[in-house]
Amino acid sequence: MTADLAVKAAGVGKVFDTKAGDVIALTGVDLEVRAGEFVSLIGPSGCGKSTLLRLIADLDEATSGELTIFGKPARRARIDQDYGIAFQQAGLLPWRTVGANIALPLELHKVAKAEREARVAELAELVGLTEFVDRYPDQLSGGMQQRVAIARALAARPKLLLMDEPFGALDEMTREYLQSELTRIATETGAAVVFVTHSIPEAVFLSDRVVVMSPRPGRITDVIEIGLGEVRDESLRENPVYFEKVTAVREALHGVKVERANER
Amino acid sequence: MSTAGPGATRLAQWLRVASPIGVGVLMLVAWALYVEFGNAPRMLPSPIAVGEEFGLRWGIIWDDMVITATNALIGLTVGAILAVVLAGLAAAWRPIDGMLAPLVAALAVIPIVAITPILNTMFGASSQFGRQAVAMIAAFIPVFVNVLRGLRQTKPVHRDLMRASAASSGQTFRMLTLPTAMPYLMTGLRVAASLAVIAALVAEYFGGPSDGIGTSIATYAKSGRAALAWAYVGGGILIGLVFFLITAFLERLVARHAPG
Ligand SMILES: Nc1ncnc2c1ncn2[C@@H]1O[C@H](COP(=O)(O)OP(=O)(O)O)[C@@H](O)[C@H]1O
Ligand SMILES: [Mg+2]
Repeated sequence: MTADLAVKAAGVGKVFDTKAGDVIALTGVDLEVRAGEFVSLIGPSGCGKSTLLRLIADLDEATSGELTIFGKPARRARIDQDYGIAFQQAGLLPWRTVGANIALPLELHKVAKAEREARVAELAELVGLTEFVDRYPDQLSGGMQQRVAIARALAARPKLLLMDEPFGALDEMTREYLQSELTRIATETGAAVVFVTHSIPEAVFLSDRVVVMSPRPGRITDVIEIGLGEVRDESLRENPVYFEKVTAVREALHGVKVERANER
Repeated sequence: MSTAGPGATRLAQWLRVASPIGVGVLMLVAWALYVEFGNAPRMLPSPIAVGEEFGLRWGIIWDDMVITATNALIGLTVGAILAVVLAGLAAAWRPIDGMLAPLVAALAVIPIVAITPILNTMFGASSQFGRQAVAMIAAFIPVFVNVLRGLRQTKPVHRDLMRASAASSGQTFRMLTLPTAMPYLMTGLRVAASLAVIAALVAEYFGGPSDGIGTSIATYAKSGRAALAWAYVGGGILIGLVFFLITAFLERLVARHAPG
């Protein structure tokens, strides 16, 4: 039943050959992400979060272990457009309009123009940028650019969304707003999400499960079920269960019990 | 800046255009006064006399302008096309880059017009080819250097995006590498346009057919017809200005949504 799993990693490792010698970026990673599940990767910088995401995306190749996406090798899944990806930098092409940026993956796979336009309209609506499709990226705020990047990642209707700190460069207000939007989009599209972050509240708010990683060498040290249910709205941020999970993730990250009194 | 308002920016724009014109006019007036009241050399006639010659001889000046401008344009076009193709090859294959880089560096330090007499002798005194070849070499260098740099400016996040979208290498070149290099091509063209005009004009001093702006300046300067020689200089300036304005306009057009 591996095809039901969006991502299945078994004993995955990655070693970078550098001039200064081998860098063990990841070792012995076992991870399963179910279809439709929202999983966050959290950990201090340098623990291999981006590396793991890039292996899943076939942007880099694993040096050991086995990695399948919907039961296929990562390379096959990439060529079949089984996933969409968004990075910390929106990475929009500045000479293309918002609409043309969203349509890029469709254009690359020779989707007919009429169909492309219909899909762009649909996605612009989904991310709330309908009035902006004819604008250029430099006329948009950072948060809006990131929404365009998310729309682009969703263009080919992938069943898996990979995101590497997509809200990392945004201010707190925009960030919380986009978090709510993302949970809505993920629910509406039914896509599984692998979401890299180093913000504990962000990971807890968004995820079904939080995967805690640790550096030198990069590995998974803990997996925490969040189980806050389908509906993620602003009231959740005030919920005691939410705070409990924030504490649980923090303890897993620091590897020690954190005094409850320190919680706000 | 917000307190200054749109009135102030319009004033600033107006000043940006008006001040160089003002300086130009002042210099012309100073020149005219110097010729009128100072003891100017004989080869420096009054700007009024130059203007009169320019109007009177516009027919023959225009004919020579066409000759020089055509040489410059052919040189610029061929040089630019050659530069884009070779820069593309150099960007794609390291060995070609290794071969071309020292050649281009050598070409860039040779005063190109110096080889004109040789080219003129090679292709005959009645051929414009030597002049066009000189303009071509002069235009080639800035286009090649800029395009090669431009082809290497793609950002890692964009390359990752193309790979994640399973773009073929042809698609990546057409939709990412080429558009990224466009502003660099335009900058190269703007620099090359002025160089091509200068090269085509100066090349005329070293022989070849007895036409063109440079030849005429030399001829009339030697025969002492100072005002007409200066009128021809005006014709040369006009060619350079047109080449510059067109390429600078193209550059701005492309740079509007340029990367970075
Ligand atoms: N292309 C690379 N070449 C060499 N080392 C790399 C490369 N990419 C990442 N690394 C190393 O791998 C480790 C994990 O990096 P990364 O996955 O970016 O961490 P994170 O995203 O969790 O901050 C770090 O030690 C980093 O220096
Ligand atoms: Mg990272």
